[in-house]
Amino acid sequence: MKQFGIFIRKELYHIFRDRRTLLILLGMPIVLVLLFGFAITNEIDNARIAVLDQSKGEMSQELTQRLVASGYFLIDENLWEVAEIEQHFREGKTKMAIVFPPELQENLRRNLPTQIQLIADATDPNTATTLINYASAIIGQYIQEQARGQAAPMQITTEVKMLYNPRLKSVFMFVPGVMTVILMLVSAMMTSIAITREKEIGTMEVLLASPLRPAMIIIGKVIPYILLALANTVVILMLGTFVFGMPIKGSLLLLALECLLFVITSLALGILISTRTESQQVAMLISLMMLMLPTILLSGFIFPIESMPLALQVISNIIPAKWFIIILKNVMLKGTGMEFVWKESLILGGMALFFIGASVRNFKIRLE
Amino acid sequence: MNDTTMPTTQAIQVESLSKRYGKNAQALSQVSFEVGRGELFGLIGPDGAGKTTLIRILATLLLADEGQARVNGWEVRRDYRKIRSHIGYMPGRFSLYQDLSVEENLHFFATIFGTTIKENYELIHDIYVQLEPFRKRKAGKLSGGMKQKLALCCALIHKPVVLLLDEPTTGVDPVSRQEFWEMLKRLKEKDITILVSTPYMDEASLCDRVALIQKGNILSIDEPGGIVSAFDKPLLAVRTNDMYRLIQDLREFESAHSAFPFGEYVHLALRNSIWPEAIHAYLAGKEHTGIEIKPAQATIEDAFMELMTQE
Repeated sequence: MKQFGIFIRKELYHIFRDRRTLLILLGMPIVLVLLFGFAITNEIDNARIAVLDQSKGEMSQELTQRLVASGYFLIDENLWEVAEIEQHFREGKTKMAIVFPPELQENLRRNLPTQIQLIADATDPNTATTLINYASAIIGQYIQEQARGQAAPMQITTEVKMLYNPRLKSVFMFVPGVMTVILMLVSAMMTSIAITREKEIGTMEVLLASPLRPAMIIIGKVIPYILLALANTVVILMLGTFVFGMPIKGSLLLLALECLLFVITSLALGILISTRTESQQVAMLISLMMLMLPTILLSGFIFPIESMPLALQVISNIIPAKWFIIILKNVMLKGTGMEFVWKESLILGGMALFFIGASVRNFKIRLE
Repeated sequence: MNDTTMPTTQAIQVESLSKRYGKNAQALSQVSFEVGRGELFGLIGPDGAGKTTLIRILATLLLADEGQARVNGWEVRRDYRKIRSHIGYMPGRFSLYQDLSVEENLHFFATIFGTTIKENYELIHDIYVQLEPFRKRKAGKLSGGMKQKLALCCALIHKPVVLLLDEPTTGVDPVSRQEFWEMLKRLKEKDITILVSTPYMDEASLCDRVALIQKGNILSIDEPGGIVSAFDKPLLAVRTNDMYRLIQDLREFESAHSAFPFGEYVHLALRNSIWPEAIHAYLAGKEHTGIEIKPAQATIEDAFMELMTQE
């Protein structure tokens, strides 16, 4: 036990004396969350638009006001000619242009089909789609109101309710995502680097030639990283909750246990990598290529799994992060308990056992 | 701790040990030797001779392909756990934690071997005294000699029965080298068996017995004096102003047995005794200037070179 204690203490010395790495480990989650929260966002706020009003009637005026009143749009300029539209886009001043046709008022009165043109700058397709959707919704609502009272043809109106994230905030997406990436990074990459470092500087040779049991060497090396990963979890959750208003509806205990489960799975992966590699650089490359990239791209963090090609959907099943993100969303946003995440938890647990088993098989009690 | 000593056995027994890396690299072939208790045994040979492989096998870090080895009576493959608890091992490369201080390193190694610095302090006292002023300094910031002394302390702190040192003096300045060997002499008096490898021939004379090793084969095992006296050819030290050409020319000399550079001289071993004047005349005929010829005392290096050419 005393041996174990000194081993962990030694490991903590390594971590705390490497100031730069420590700063990155503790600072990165904060930077990432703030970055995703403030800079990288799909939400639309005060997008600049141009209006070409050829009808010059009261309806087009009202519609324009409605758009502005929504808070999503800001009138950049009123145009006079069709030719101006393209020039405006080229100058990059506006994200979208609205063209009201001359016959707008007339057609609406007579209840004839009418067309309003929305032109968007699709160099940024996500923003363009979102803008068009917002504008269409506002216009559609207006037209319906106008048509009321008249003998309207049969109409179906849809009423949309966005559950669990009514305001469609992207924070709700990326907090679980960033948390997953950070935990993966700290647990898998840092431990694999820390263990291969001992091989590289030769201390592993001395440790092996000592009475320390291999399991003790490994557990002693990973425990500080478990603590570090959990500290990062707390920081990310606090930022998400207090800065971005992300709810944690489910039980905190369950959340903590699930995080621990994911950390253990990642650690086991890190250990497995370290048993197969001899240098820190190789360990880092493998961690980045085989763990970080799939975690970011295939876990559903940024790109929805449902819209991936079938092959990638199948591959996504073997990525621990996918299951962890599902668990996080369930527990944090929906407030569900173990009864709805037991399957995912079981999968993660199974993966952890598999990786630990493979690591034990691969660990060498000698140098070769 | 009843099993720590088995007085009937030798400290180290190696029996026809072979080890091969890959297909072609034969690191050790049929190596056999024994080291008695309390002996200071030197493993002398150039880089790539197989010294590190041999020490690693004894330290239970590598498995031999063939043959047997025992340390303190324990078989290296089966009883590796017992061996690991009772030997001190110092790898060829400095292998302590550079970001830990002198004191922290020593404390760490004492604890993982289940002991304390206090318990065995008298064993390392002589060495540690020199390190004491730097005990708060990070190991990475020590000089080469100091690093080796600290590594020796860490390998000794659990009072091992056998000490395995892989090239402990490589890359260390001459003064520290000498100090290091004096420390080994004192440890020997405390009944610790020491197996030490080195590429420096001059260190051979400091051992009780040495094994000359080359390309995985042991060429000779004897006391240093015995190895030197086995060299029975007349030996001369020669030097001229053109040393490079001198070696070539001496090797072509009809009475020459061998010629090897030795410091600022070339050691010339002769097949039969001839007058130095004959050599002088031969060299003058080859347009050498500044010719100096004097009789030389054979050293272990000459003996080693001789053994190597016989192979």
